[in-house]
Amino acid sequence: MSLSEISEQPAGYNFAYLDEQTKRMIRRAILKAIAIPGYQVPFASREMPMPYGWGTGGIQVTASIIGPDDVLKVIDQGADDTTNAVSIRNFFARTAGVAMTSRAEEATIIQTRHRIPETPLHTGQILVYQVPIPEPLRFLEPRETETRKMHALSEYGLMHVKLYEDIARHGHIATTYAYPVMVEDRYVMDPSPTPKFDNPKMHMSPALQLFGAGREKRIYAVPPHTKVVSLDFEDHPFSVQEWPDTQCAMCGAEGVYFDEVLLDDRGGRMFVCSDTDYCERRQAEGHFGHLHASGGAGAAAPENR
Amino acid sequence: MYVAVKGGETAIANAHRLFAARRRGDTSVPGLQLEQIVGQLAFAVARVMSEGSLYDRELAALAIRQAGGDLIEAIFLVRAYRTTLPRFGYSEPIATDRMRAARRISATYKDLPGGQLLGPTFDYSHRLIDFSYDPDAGPDEPALAAHGVASDLPRVTDLLGADGLMEADPLAGSDMVGDLTRDPLELPAARDLRLQNLSRGDEGFLLALGYSTQRGYARTHPFAGEIRIGEVELEFDAPEFGFAVTIGTIEVTECQMINQFKGSAKVPPQFTRGYGLVFGQSERKAMSMALVDRALRWREFDEEPGAPAQDEEFVLSHSDNIQASGFVEHLKLPHYVDFQAELELLRKMHAEIAANASSAQTSAREAAE
Repeated sequence: MSLSEISEQPAGYNFAYLDEQTKRMIRRAILKAIAIPGYQVPFASREMPMPYGWGTGGIQVTASIIGPDDVLKVIDQGADDTTNAVSIRNFFARTAGVAMTSRAEEATIIQTRHRIPETPLHTGQILVYQVPIPEPLRFLEPRETETRKMHALSEYGLMHVKLYEDIARHGHIATTYAYPVMVEDRYVMDPSPTPKFDNPKMHMSPALQLFGAGREKRIYAVPPHTKVVSLDFEDHPFSVQEWPDTQCAMCGAEGVYFDEVLLDDRGGRMFVCSDTDYCERRQAEGHFGHLHASGGAGAAAPENR
Repeated sequence: MYVAVKGGETAIANAHRLFAARRRGDTSVPGLQLEQIVGQLAFAVARVMSEGSLYDRELAALAIRQAGGDLIEAIFLVRAYRTTLPRFGYSEPIATDRMRAARRISATYKDLPGGQLLGPTFDYSHRLIDFSYDPDAGPDEPALAAHGVASDLPRVTDLLGADGLMEADPLAGSDMVGDLTRDPLELPAARDLRLQNLSRGDEGFLLALGYSTQRGYARTHPFAGEIRIGEVELEFDAPEFGFAVTIGTIEVTECQMINQFKGSAKVPPQFTRGYGLVFGQSERKAMSMALVDRALRWREFDEEPGAPAQDEEFVLSHSDNIQASGFVEHLKLPHYVDFQAELELLRKMHAEIAANASSAQTSAREAAE
């Protein structure tokens, strides 16, 4: 770039914060990631104006793919109104000025931390995950030089031994989130710390799933309609979290992922949908739980133990 | 009646307003001016420039003021600004042997060409709090040499090198260096990238690692061959000009450690190098960096590995205080979902244990009957 080119650049920040050179670099990494599903592509992650570990990878991916016509949804723990989701949404409102939504099916890009929406995604949507530790083998082998070799050789025996030891010790596979998956029969991948409840939603999803790890400088992807299989054993098949006999206290939903809310110091608790968009939609459609302001369908006292 | 937590947006805005008020402190006390920070907190400014990887005193001072004196937060502000700046080229390597040195000391020679120049330093002062210090009273006139600052100071390492007692500079002549802010750091990393990583690295982290090498974890027998602090010219070869022009000066601290000698069948034993270079005056950081640099070179000299300071992946992956503080502090973010996943499993396991216990009781009773 020449001095005259630089002096002609407008002051202030570019659309969606990152400069175009950086966006191109990140898009190249994304394209490579899509071409090799589940493979972690190193990229020259930038410092962002929010701390590492707070979504800088996802933010860089979103900033590189977003255009003025996109509609963005940002969730953290399934909720649109958690503090960090609010902060990231404000960031894109300020730097990109795109339309925002909380409705999963209206969004063209959904940036998420720790959840996949309950509402099924459709073709054309992109789900951007914020990833703290992209390496599924990291806690078995701390060295990057080793884990890259293990991936290259599909050397995943260690992971199966770990899962087996869980069963031997606890009677269960004790991994409840960031549950490892095999992508397209080749790479073992960390689905980011989503609960394993969400793993089945990744399999053959019509949406493009992009994963950004800013601090660790890695991008990976699951293209639409890709096989994503949670690791398990024939005699200990993969299963997801269940809350038997539990309904959302607000919307009465069953079989969704719940947040637990403590109501008092005597063991009083209630469960609400972790996905706030899904929950509000159900309430708007007239579904009420037992603690909803309307009095609910069955206005029972909160469960006491 | 339960009302879901809402209004995160207002809460965040109010939290920031409260913070701004606290940061300002008592408004009857005059606010901090940038010149005060640049002039009177020069060491803080140097650290922020060095670890922020951007040489700009005013900007560092702005960041320190905005961060309320939290230097890692200030470094973060500078880094996040730096990353948005366009890159229009690389300067010529700075010539530290032509430094206008304000301070230059060697622990290996009593006297040497260019001389020992103590310069401004904390060293040899007694660390007694000066209760009578009056910042408004002018300091005593400094006693400066009549001939001004020295500017022709041969490097101790070059003097030793002339006698064949010092290993040749392994990086000499290489004009292309990597840049870990533009390309992802891949391991194992070459020494240029290691040095860049260390120069941006956290002072405390490097200090502890450097210290550990002195206590037997990768012992390298260091001597402070030379430490020099001063202004060097920055030359830039802009394509429009076709030749290098001086675009300014920067103050740097350079440390050349002289370490344990090593020979081979081909080369007689020679001392080895550890190198440290940081912005501003920061001897502690430059010396720590030089110790760690040397420890990381164990492979070149067939040394026994195993100490933390020798472990390239460990050192380079954990030296950056912006990455470290971000990830440590992200634990403050909500983790309801993952925590709920753990709770669910724990409860399931408890239920199974209780069920097993009661069925064992039943069968024991049946056996007794």
